[in-house]
Amino acid sequence: MTEAVPSYLSPTGQEVVFLLLGAVAVGSALLVVTTRQLVHAALWLVVCFGALAGCYLVLTAEFVAWVQVLIYVGAVVVLLLFGIMLTRAPIGRSADLDSGNRLVAALVAVATAAVLVTVVVDGFRTAYAPLKPGAGAARELGASVFATWVLPFEALSVLLLAALIGAIVLSRTDIPGGPPTDESGGD
Amino acid sequence: MHIVYPVVVSVLLFSVGVYGVLARRNTILVLMSVELMLNAVNLNLVAFDVWLRDRLHSGQVLTLFVIVIAAAEVGLGLAIVLALFRNRRTVDIDHLRALAEPDGPAQPPPPSADGAPGASGAASTERGEGAL
Repeated sequence: MTEAVPSYLSPTGQEVVFLLLGAVAVGSALLVVTTRQLVHAALWLVVCFGALAGCYLVLTAEFVAWVQVLIYVGAVVVLLLFGIMLTRAPIGRSADLDSGNRLVAALVAVATAAVLVTVVVDGFRTAYAPLKPGAGAARELGASVFATWVLPFEALSVLLLAALIGAIVLSRTDIPGGPPTDESGGD
Repeated sequence: MHIVYPVVVSVLLFSVGVYGVLARRNTILVLMSVELMLNAVNLNLVAFDVWLRDRLHSGQVLTLFVIVIAAAEVGLGLAIVLALFRNRRTVDIDHLRALAEPDGPAQPPPPSADGAPGASGAASTERGEGAL
């Protein structure tokens, strides 16, 4: 794994593509957290997740890439858009999306990034992995999931069911026997 | 592929998510930032799976699990946000201070400092405390 590390000065095509996709992901993530329009944040999130799916593809994790597209771009962003619409968010540009501690937040984020980048670059400078296509295909991953990871997989399905029921219970308003308030069903 | 590249991209995504969680006021935007942080972790997992050439594919399987848990989390989180919006008419986390400790003993309405939607916010806060 650490033998014959190629130079950083002659990046391969895969690395160039990965870095471009990573730049797109980080840039659109920055736009997600800085944009002034709520709906645009969700749409930039789509771009970010799509670029990340491309990153997974370059890293030969095909199945994870397609799952990312299906679940994140397909389901999570749609859920978030539903949430935006249902909370009657202003569609246009709104000024109060950021709280007052933006400077502190930026400071903390920059400090986190600095510490982590320093540690990570120092620790993994010599790590090199030649990419071998097919290692993350659905066949390999499915065999692994259903041979080694069956028990966590089943536990996860129970967790999904619990989350589903929890979401239904939380969002219904006509369930009797809530907290002992005198008003029954505010609106 | 140098492992440094995906790991650094993941670090940058994570810190962008940290900034979003700390700086945003709308709850849905905070949820989006949490998703960004989870995606940073996923990229890390995939990169190290490729690097270590794990025969059990622990990294990628764990990535799938994290994606599933993130979907469950965002579903539950949005249900909570919607319940919050039904009860309080706002999703600004700066105004949701009903569980915070009061600043002093002689201040009946705790969020007296910020007053913009103060009428409905303070009223619902008082109602919530009365119910408790």
